[in-house]
Formats: sequence, C-alpha cells, structure tokens
Amino acid sequence: MTATLTPTTTVHATAVLGLGVYRPSIVVDNEQICQWIDSSDEWIRQRTGIVTRHRAPADVSVVDMAEAAALEALRDAGTDPSEIGAVLVSTVTHPYQTPSAAADLAARLGSTPAAAYDISAACAGYCYGIGQADALVRAGHAEKVLVVGVEKLSDVIDNHERTISFLLGDGAGAVVVGPSEEPGISASILGSNGEKWGAITMDSSLLDLRDALSAARGTGDATALLDPEQKPWPTLRQDGQTVFRWAVWEMAKVAKQALDKAGISAGDLAAFVPHQANIRIIDELAKQLKLPEHVLIGRDITDAGNTSAASIPLALHRLRAENPGISGGLALQIGFGAGLVYGAQVIRIP
Amino acid sequence: MADKNEILAGLAEIVEEETGLETEEVQLDKSFTEDLDIDSISMMTIVVNAEEKFDVKIPDEEVKNLTTVGDAVDYIANASA
Repeated sequence: MTATLTPTTTVHATAVLGLGVYRPSIVVDNEQICQWIDSSDEWIRQRTGIVTRHRAPADVSVVDMAEAAALEALRDAGTDPSEIGAVLVSTVTHPYQTPSAAADLAARLGSTPAAAYDISAACAGYCYGIGQADALVRAGHAEKVLVVGVEKLSDVIDNHERTISFLLGDGAGAVVVGPSEEPGISASILGSNGEKWGAITMDSSLLDLRDALSAARGTGDATALLDPEQKPWPTLRQDGQTVFRWAVWEMAKVAKQALDKAGISAGDLAAFVPHQANIRIIDELAKQLKLPEHVLIGRDITDAGNTSAASIPLALHRLRAENPGISGGLALQIGFGAGLVYGAQVIRIP
Repeated sequence: MADKNEILAGLAEIVEEETGLETEEVQLDKSFTEDLDIDSISMMTIVVNAEEKFDVKIPDEEVKNLTTVGDAVDYIANASA
C-alpha cells in the first residue's frame, strides 16, 4: 500500500494588506524630451497626458528601487519580513538574465528562505503577480506574499526614437498579500495575445549585441558599435496604433470580465486603476466601462509617465494618499502590454 | 451594398463625436491628418466606431492606407458589399 500524502491546508480568502512605492529623484520634463526628439510640450501633453516622468540615477538599481517600495509596503501592512513566504518581482528591466531580482530582494529584506522569482509580463506584470500571490496564499504555499512591480526603463530606451521612449519612466510599487476573513482579491483574468508579439518589443536581441561586439573585436574597429543604424544595445519600440486599439477595445472587454468574475458592477467601485500607458487610453477605457462619476480614476501618468509593471501600484498609492477615504473601497486594476499580455482583478484597497 | 452618401454621413457623425469638427467639414477629398488635423490615436477611435456602425472589419494594416475621407468611404463600401 502506498503512503497517503498530507493534504494542503488551504485559505478561504486573501487581501492586499499594505502598499508602498519608490519614486526616483530625477524629473524629466517635456522640454528636455524635445532636445532629443522633434516635438513640443503641447504635442506630448495632448497625445499622452504626460508632463513629467521620473528616472533613477545610474547608481540606483532595480533591486534598490524594489527594496525601498517593499519596506514601505511591509510597514503599511504591519508585516515582519520573516512572515513573507514568497517574493515575486514583476520586471523586464532587471539587467541579469539570472539570478532573479526577487532572490536578491528576499535576502536584503530578511525574508530568506522565502520562495523568490521574477515575472516577465511587462506592463501586466503587477496584475500577474497579484493573481499568483492570491493563488499561492489560498493554496497554502505561503502565508504572506510580497509582490513588487519595478522598472528602470531608462536603461532600455533610445531617447532619440519617438515610438515609446518619451513615454517611459522608472519607479517601483509593492504590496503584501495575505489571508483575510472576507475576500479582498477577486478571481484574476490573465491572458495573452501572442500573435501581436511584435507590437511592443526590443529592437534586437542580446545575441545580436554579442555578435556586434564579437565583430568589433574581430576587426578591431569599434565604431560600428556607435552607429545608431546598427543599434547594438537593444531598446524598446512599439506600434502605437495597434497597441492603442488593443488596449482600449480589447481591454475594455477584459475589464468587464473582471467585474463579472468579482460579482460587482462599475457602480460598486471606489477606484479604477488601469496601467498608466497613455491618458487617452485611460480616458477611453473609462468611457467604455461607463464608470459613474464617484469612481476615482488613476491618472498618475501625468507626473510619472509610463512605468510598466510599477504603474498600477504607483497610481493606487497616489490615489489613496490624495483620497484617504477610498481605503477599504474596491479598485478595478488592469495591466496590459508587451507580449501582448494582460491581467485584471478587483481588490479591496488597503 | 451600403450607399456611399450614407457612409459619408455616418462617418462624419463619428468624426464630429471624436473631434468636435462640424459634419459639413468632413468631405470626400479631405485628408484626415492634413486637412482635418486628426491624430493617429483619434483615427483609431474613428476606425473602431466605424467598424461597429457599418459592421465591417478594418485591419490595423489597412488604416494607414486610409489617407482621405474618400478612401475610408470606399473601403467601408467595398467591405460591406
């Protein structure tokens, strides 16, 4: 007879227990952007809603930013780092293929031996992380989970190209997810549209960079590496029209699915916090969802630009700081981006 | 097949809704970007609303070929034929 396995102890419901952020010190305004691309402050504001974006100094790493946001989230949740059973870092800008930013962060915080791994889901990464944290806690794998969305996008942009770089900023947001008497995180809608893989992408791979370096060594001529046409260092590009169309009309359907799964309607929300990609996407999504006037809308993009995986917690943090009364209310959050991938859920605001 | 005058009238309403331009300004020979000053984001909103109104599909790669209002009317007329 085979031995019987001990059943896992499961948890009925989870909630977001605390929230923290890190906003880098360097502020880049549109005037500075216009030194790199032929544009104007008015054009950028009208097309994107962005007035400034924050960028981190060279000596501040992805893990440094994640740590600062995580420490605030742990304080806000009243959670000791030793209680964390898993550390999830959503990022596409940690500059090591391996090891993960999460393992470094877990050790720095004193959460060892927590499970630790990174999530590569670009601007949907934070919502993917919340979905996974909810599942890990409910399945009994971890009592509490730290989820961080962090990006240092300034490392992977070409300031002189005009499809995406001028939108992007650096930053970090973190939350602690743990067990709860009442459900504080709804079932997540997570998905992908990989047939649009090229809609937002790096313009070359690390192998292209390796080959360019190798060729320069072979010829002893490094000038090719400086040729902007060769673009050896991979940087981001996007097909803005394709992304805009998908982000509004396809994501409106996903947002409605998330509300349906949560068993609530738009009128039950205190806040709508979409990924901060572009103010026109945010406004059009709000229009498609027919949000009542009392629903506050995250518009942190004006100040912070598009910070990919960090944008939702940054926007939620600002909304809560400016409107403390929304604490305890429901927020619909939806992330969408390179992949293309998307994630959405409703949370109770800590 | 939808009547081209009806398509033009319907398209003009969509453009007015998105941009505030008077419907009379939306004429066949007008360029969306040059004459009507419609940016790429507004153009996508117009395209999606036109798809819904006329029950046609306008793929992303076709949108860049729709330079003038007349191009869009022709495309919708053929697509709904």
